[in-house]
Amino acid sequence: MSERNKPRFATLWLDGCSGCHMSFLDMDEWLLDLAGQVEVVYSPLVDTKAFPENVDITLIEGGVASHEDIEKLLKIRARTKTLIAFGDCAVTANVPAMRNPFGLEAVMKQVYLDSDAIQPQVPNLIVPQLLDRVVPVHRIVKVDVYIPGCPPSARTIKAVVGELLAGRQPDVMALTRFGA
Amino acid sequence: MSPVPITTEPVKTFKINGQDVSARETESILQAARAHNIDIPTLCHLEGLSSTGACRLCMVEIKGSNKLFPACVTRVQEGIEVMTHSERLVKYRRMLMELIFSERNHVCAVCVVNGHCELQSTAQKLGMDHVRYPYLNPQLEVDASHERYAVDHNRCILCTRCVRVCDEIETAHTWDVMGRGIGSKVITDFNQPWGESETCTRCGKCVNVCPTGALFEKGKSVAEMAKQRQFLPYLVSRREAMIE
Amino acid sequence: MTNEELLAVMEQERQAKGQLKYCVQVCSSTGCASSNSEAVAAALQQQVKEANLQETVQVKLVGCMGLCALGPLVEIERVQIQPGAPPDVLLYQSVTPADAPDIVAGLASGQPVRRLRLEMDDPFFTRQTKVVLAQAGRIDPERIEDYIAEGGYQALFKALAEMTPAEVIEEVSKSGLRGRGGGGYPTGLKWNTVAKVQSDQKYLICNADEGDPGAFMDRSILESDPHLVIEGMIIGAYAVGANKGYVYVRAEYPLAVKRMRQAIRQAERAGFLGQNICGADFSFNVEIRLGAGAFVCGEETALMASIEGRRGAPRPRPPYPAASGLWGKPTLINNVETFANVPGIILNGGDAYARVGTEKSKGTKIFALTGKVNHTGLIEVPMGVTLREVIYEIGGGIPDGRRFKAVQTGGPSGGCIPEQFLDTPVDYESLSALGSIMGSGGMIVIDDSSSMIDVAKYFMEFSKEESCGKCVPCRVGTAQMYDLLCKFSAGEATEFDLRLLEDLCDLVRNTSLCGLGQTAPNPVISTLKYFRDEYLAKIKKPEEVFGVAARANGRAPGQVEQTA
Repeated sequence: MSERNKPRFATLWLDGCSGCHMSFLDMDEWLLDLAGQVEVVYSPLVDTKAFPENVDITLIEGGVASHEDIEKLLKIRARTKTLIAFGDCAVTANVPAMRNPFGLEAVMKQVYLDSDAIQPQVPNLIVPQLLDRVVPVHRIVKVDVYIPGCPPSARTIKAVVGELLAGRQPDVMALTRFGA
Repeated sequence: MSPVPITTEPVKTFKINGQDVSARETESILQAARAHNIDIPTLCHLEGLSSTGACRLCMVEIKGSNKLFPACVTRVQEGIEVMTHSERLVKYRRMLMELIFSERNHVCAVCVVNGHCELQSTAQKLGMDHVRYPYLNPQLEVDASHERYAVDHNRCILCTRCVRVCDEIETAHTWDVMGRGIGSKVITDFNQPWGESETCTRCGKCVNVCPTGALFEKGKSVAEMAKQRQFLPYLVSRREAMIE
Repeated sequence: MTNEELLAVMEQERQAKGQLKYCVQVCSSTGCASSNSEAVAAALQQQVKEANLQETVQVKLVGCMGLCALGPLVEIERVQIQPGAPPDVLLYQSVTPADAPDIVAGLASGQPVRRLRLEMDDPFFTRQTKVVLAQAGRIDPERIEDYIAEGGYQALFKALAEMTPAEVIEEVSKSGLRGRGGGGYPTGLKWNTVAKVQSDQKYLICNADEGDPGAFMDRSILESDPHLVIEGMIIGAYAVGANKGYVYVRAEYPLAVKRMRQAIRQAERAGFLGQNICGADFSFNVEIRLGAGAFVCGEETALMASIEGRRGAPRPRPPYPAASGLWGKPTLINNVETFANVPGIILNGGDAYARVGTEKSKGTKIFALTGKVNHTGLIEVPMGVTLREVIYEIGGGIPDGRRFKAVQTGGPSGGCIPEQFLDTPVDYESLSALGSIMGSGGMIVIDDSSSMIDVAKYFMEFSKEESCGKCVPCRVGTAQMYDLLCKFSAGEATEFDLRLLEDLCDLVRNTSLCGLGQTAPNPVISTLKYFRDEYLAKIKKPEEVFGVAARANGRAPGQVEQTA
């Protein structure tokens, strides 16, 4: 199969710990199969700067925590056929959202002002502006497939991606759960 | 000799999902269903405690009525036709689970009962793969003043099993509910720190009946806390034997 | 008290009144009292004394006259010499203590004070049918003699002396009376069920936990004619065989509580309550229980839990109170207005009662008419009158030249009815067919200056605050619906939010444990049905809500100000 006709595949890392991407790498030798089946067009694992057009499958790890995340998501949604919320942070906002009950201001004050005796200041230049709450991906854009798990196991990822590439709808909840 | 006492109580026969079933007339639809291996999900219900009909997950349809009936508190009746998994019920159950998840701060990944949690497993069983409602993210406290146990209100689903087991089985009535609506909260004594409770017997029954990680033993880390419930049917049957 | 003694009191009162030329009646119900009516009464009393008219002019505090918008109200009744002559009354509006000299001077001269005079031929007065409120605003609610003088407690005597309990129930059934608390359950049927249950102990409860925003029917009845309710309760107790009664009234109604307490004491002293009432083999006592203002305690199972001293949370039914109510005993529970209808039914017969109203909704209904309507106040109309008559004739239409938009009936459990249904008759079935309910009688008129989303949001906030928190759909569902309505109100909602909102309405209505949750979505459902455009107009695309444009508007930047 030529590179042109392969499904175009992407992964994205928002506010999360990269554990889901690590679990993705745990698929070991199946990664070679996958590389044969898809063209990886965008990912923290490959060196591409801009998210391309016409992507078939995008895995999104992490919750939505900043305006930059929102802008990325809106763009990626417009350019992706099947968008997958990949792992608990993308599905529920999970650990990143543990700051939500306290409010952003209190958290920033605690971390950057109260805990830093030498140069207390809140970074607000260059770095993306944070949202007052971290929210799951589907609060911003439509999600097609949810893969709960913290992280989803390599087997789960393989099964879900494998089913999708085979043109079938995976029964995700038979494979994984929140916190799995 | 059979240890089962012979009962003279009238028996009702009826249908669940088209299957013929029978039950004693004082039994609930839920008890009858479970006796026939028909699964109806529940969270507030626990065999051995009184039923409150609070979580609404066990709602079923009865042919001929537009209303839904909580199976845990609805008695069996002769000739009724119960449906436990209609499209509407499946949809409602999933929505109810979503509401419960959206209410407080459930983070399975860092929870002490991860892998042993009824909320988590029920969500999986019902196919709830995400929560459409915005999380309310209330700011709630953790009370770790007790020498052996702690309560994390972030994980409480207000099923009141702790309140009931403490009142009905341990008869200490340390737990109760305060506040109203979305601001409700389980409390010990008069909303004092648990460690300062004068009525708590430290029996731990509340901790073990709690379906989530809201009540847990101190010293247990993520996924380490599995609840032990064997005591409940044992105590209930002993008590019934004594009454007879 | 025997029947002869009762008649003697009546005669005494009539004679005392016969000595008078004028009776000056000042409203002392909560509405007028809050605009200083007691000072008005004191000033009038003072003027009467100064003019040396005490022998012929009596100033008395009475209950609600209805037209609360124009209070304090003062009614001047010229005492008729011939018995049976039509009453000769005139009404003064917005009276202040400074008006007292002119009013009393008017009594002496026979010339009414023109500037205060309220026309009695206004539809507000002529279109009403006062049955339950017949004596409200006419008698002194703090004197049992006033009640007796107008025929009070005669129904009780009739029931005890001439009727068996079964006959009392039969009469109530014939009347077609239905529960006035909102449910509309046939009263006779309920009484019959409780009567049939065998038990050594039965209870009777008067539900006076009126809590809907904008509703004050029950409060006004208790404040204006407390003995009417007590008499209805005693008759009810006799009919079903109850020997202990409770009036569950909210503590926020101090005047109603005070007057009810007083009335109970008077009734006890007169022998209408206690052992062997009126010499019959029937005993019944009444106690007052104060509610702490939880709306859910109007739900009967929550109310009973509260009386028992437990947390006011509902429990699943069955068992119904008729089988297992207060402390597990058979219990009859009816609303204030329902009991207030009973003495009339017994005295005049069920058939006479049933002549008023529609086929399925008999008698009259009291409404608290509020909102954007000229004559806010308390009204009593026959069942079947149209909404248009209530709002435009009795209510005097919409003030400030505004347009009518909707009328909300049934409070947080009810719905909003738009203009095209103004000719709907007011009865249980017609209102529920429109997605609203009769409810206990709150009627809030909304004009075109209000957003229907805000109306729905207001009621949802109420339901959310008042949810007891026991069941999931009501506890969390109302909170989520409220948040969604806030998003609509702020113009930050998406199509997805509309779907969530509609799904929640369906879920909360069908899965909640008690009536509070089951009806909480009604204001949203009815506004979505009749005013959907308002919701659609607020919907934005996700990019607009979350995107760069929103950020430029300064939405949710989450920025922390630098302090160091």
